[in-house]
Amino acid sequence: MSDVLLSCRKVWKVFGPQPLPPTRELEGLGTEELTARGLVAAVRDASLDVREGEIFVIMGLSGSGKSTLVRCLSRLIEPSGGEILFRGEDLLTADTRRMIEIRRKHMGMVFQNFALLPHLTVLENVAFPLDIQGMERKARAARAQQMVELVGLKGKESFYPRQLSGGQQQRVGIARSLAVEPDLWFLDEPFSALDPLIRREMQDEFLRLQGSLKKTIVFITHDFDEAIRLADRIAVMKDGVIEQAASPEEIILRPATPYVAKFTENVPRAKVIRVEKIMVKPKAKSYAARVPVRSNLAEAAKALKPGVAVVGVVDASGAFVGEIRREALTAQIMAG
Amino acid sequence: MAAAPARNIGNWWFAAVLIAALALWFAGKGTVPWAFDYPKAWMIPAMQWVGGFSKWLVDQAHFGLFTFKELTRFLAGLVDFPYRIVLSLLATGFLEGQGSAAVQIVPPLPWWAVTIIAALFGHWAGGRKLALFTTACFLFLAAFRQWDSAMVTLASILVAAPLGTIGGILLGVACYRWPLFQRLIAPVLDLMQTMPVFAYLVPVLVLFGFGPTAAIVATLIFAMPPMIRVTLLGLKGVPGEIHDLAAMVGCTQAQTMWRVLVPAARQSLMVGVNQVIMLSLNMVIIASMIGAGGLGFDVLTALRRLDFGAGIEAGFAIVVLALVLDRLSQAAADKLGAPQASTEGRSFVQRHPHGVAAAAVAVMAILLAYMAPVLQAYPQALSVSTGAFFSDVVAWINVNYFDALEGFKNFILLNILVPAKRLLFTVPWIGAVAVLAALGFKLGGWRLAVLAGTLVFLIAATGQWEKAMITVYLCGTAVVLATLIGVPVGVLAADRERLWRGVQAVIDTLQTLPSFVYLMPVVMLFRVGDFTALIAIVAFAVVPAIRYTVLGLQKVDPSLIEAGRAMGATPWQILSRIRLRLALPDILLGMNQTIMFALSMLVITALVGTRDLGQEVYIALTKADIGRGIVAGLAVAFIAIVSDRLIAGAAARQKAGLGLA
Repeated sequence: MSDVLLSCRKVWKVFGPQPLPPTRELEGLGTEELTARGLVAAVRDASLDVREGEIFVIMGLSGSGKSTLVRCLSRLIEPSGGEILFRGEDLLTADTRRMIEIRRKHMGMVFQNFALLPHLTVLENVAFPLDIQGMERKARAARAQQMVELVGLKGKESFYPRQLSGGQQQRVGIARSLAVEPDLWFLDEPFSALDPLIRREMQDEFLRLQGSLKKTIVFITHDFDEAIRLADRIAVMKDGVIEQAASPEEIILRPATPYVAKFTENVPRAKVIRVEKIMVKPKAKSYAARVPVRSNLAEAAKALKPGVAVVGVVDASGAFVGEIRREALTAQIMAG
Repeated sequence: MAAAPARNIGNWWFAAVLIAALALWFAGKGTVPWAFDYPKAWMIPAMQWVGGFSKWLVDQAHFGLFTFKELTRFLAGLVDFPYRIVLSLLATGFLEGQGSAAVQIVPPLPWWAVTIIAALFGHWAGGRKLALFTTACFLFLAAFRQWDSAMVTLASILVAAPLGTIGGILLGVACYRWPLFQRLIAPVLDLMQTMPVFAYLVPVLVLFGFGPTAAIVATLIFAMPPMIRVTLLGLKGVPGEIHDLAAMVGCTQAQTMWRVLVPAARQSLMVGVNQVIMLSLNMVIIASMIGAGGLGFDVLTALRRLDFGAGIEAGFAIVVLALVLDRLSQAAADKLGAPQASTEGRSFVQRHPHGVAAAAVAVMAILLAYMAPVLQAYPQALSVSTGAFFSDVVAWINVNYFDALEGFKNFILLNILVPAKRLLFTVPWIGAVAVLAALGFKLGGWRLAVLAGTLVFLIAATGQWEKAMITVYLCGTAVVLATLIGVPVGVLAADRERLWRGVQAVIDTLQTLPSFVYLMPVVMLFRVGDFTALIAIVAFAVVPAIRYTVLGLQKVDPSLIEAGRAMGATPWQILSRIRLRLALPDILLGMNQTIMFALSMLVITALVGTRDLGQEVYIALTKADIGRGIVAGLAVAFIAIVSDRLIAGAAARQKAGLGLA
């Protein structure tokens, strides 16, 4: 198991008449009891660990507290209580200067509505975090150029945000958040404001980027399909409470609460279980049919066209890391 | 329904107070004289207080390191220095020596150079069309021999507008950063917007003396509040995500403000710049009373001499200047608010063709001035004077239509103005205090009741009651007339696309004109007096009545109109039962604006011999009597505030009742 990069312990965000009671006293209280005390809890007793290099998705419908939680994690909102440990350092005790330093060097964030600065060009927007840190002009332009190319916007450097489509704008947002090479990458519903087709494309793009960058990611979404498609682990939130935090397979196969079960009941197994879970050691050197290691069983089934008996599994570098035979796949799919 | 009983109590109170006040009114002066004429013994000596305070301020006030007088001198210097430079450049040339012994060492920019530079600016901001328009406007100024005065006015604006913009942004940012500061400054801004413009002039005159510097200071004070508001609104309108972005990339507080928030609010800030320029023009014209010079001074002297020809010419020049400044500043705002094409990798000249060309024209003009001084002045032969023509026209109208005009004037005077005036004069002040307080309670609860009651009482207690009644009578009549004209025009224009476009063009133009200009034509036809004032006020105040009616009607949900039609309602029923009913809150707000416009114009009409609070301020101005000016000015502001809050309360109740709030 890899190391934990960010963890939060018993984090609360409570609204109500000042002074608020210490959150220790609120543990175990339900919504009615909180309301009776004149309090509204946007985040309630949230604890989770985000491990180095994983995509951690926080999924919840609107009003579930997911946006508040992610803003507590980056301390854009001051939590009412709890601990937020980034590499073992409690962010809630860090002073303003330390917080600025941590955000400048170690964090990046992508926003739902892009939050691009309208008066800056694409290149200037991407270079903006570097500029703020006082990086010298040439160096930051070179770095920004690299990022713009990474997200496939070469040639649009001198465009202004309003001259770009939604998908392109969010690519700028992604490039900007990556410009400082953050260790921890927050994405707050990055694809929610996009059309469904573009959204799908951007998800693929995102997975491609992550395949080479291997960032530690906290990804917020209200879209359950998006969550199981992208996540290494998912935390499902409802009314400020984390209902369950587990791998997509775990969530689908063993939902912890009736609420989670409602999301999972119509999701076919084949779309959740990844080929890496059922693949065996590759026996051949090369395979005609191949699927990426992160694809699910349904995608593997598509690759197994009539007459093909076995499909190879490739990792991000293109090397074969496993194979799946038709019988094994059928057995797995039928089991669900 | 918890609100219903409270509302009923308000209604009962109001009815009871109203009946009591009416009873008092009919009982008449004989029974309780002190209720009608505010007793001298109870008077609050506010005038003396203000006067004494200002005397202390000027003579003795000391802030440790410096005196108040030194502070005002410093501020005056701050304004004076750039003004001298701009004025020298545009009008007087750079002089060596003092007074009549002065020798011109560098001549000012000649008319053609200024015209070309302005046209270049127009071309940069709005393309060829705007360049042509700008050229035409400046040629007009030159051809009608208004050049020198126009340049003096322009110089004041070129100094006041940038200073007002920068000051407004800084104060707006301060309001945003420190909510406490905002809470302190908000009532001051409210008061400044309702204070009649003349009232600003009095203290400025006393503190800064007579002259262009004082005029620019007054202009700054007048033009800055909207910029503060626009800045604050713009900053508050920046989306939350942009704030989060600033935090996430690790901006310091200063970086967040100046690198993220202010640039992100740039578009709304540019709207504010346009407003500052137009308000500056308006005020610079009015400030001719404390020595601004320029076109305003020409109009003022013409008014005093009743020289209509000269007045109309200067008036037209002001209109032209207003139009060109409005178009140029709007185009520049759009240009700067929008992204510009990338200019990377091009030379300086290629990047700034307009700026370079303008600089070249300026240098060439100065050099030519030494070689061929003939080119300096606009050729006399090509200039036109319409002054005599207009004087003749006026004379002709007066000769041929005197009876008709006079009949119209007398009819309105005898049947509307005089009775209304008489009626208001008999109102007991204590009854007015009680009724307005009760109305405030009915419309907005006890806070509004206390506010309305106190302010009206203060008007009486400072000895302004009679003059306030004249103000109310003139303003009230004008508002009624403006509404009677404006609402029908709005109803007609609301669903006739082409008519509305025409009306809009007219009222947009009317709104850019400095209020001074309105006086000229009416004075010519009706000479001085209340009636003249009334016409000028109605012409000025009808704009918001039309605008808000149209906006309100156009905002009505089309599905409701469809529903009405489906039910078989006639067009008249749809208009009266659905559209006007739903547009009522907006029309009320329009009426509110109409009152504000009417009050601001009313004060200007002091120049044509009204006897109201405006006249009081005007007299105070000529006597440099701060106490008198401030107290009368505050009385006007109080009238404005009371009517504003009461109508806003009524509109809010209407809105809530319709479920639109």
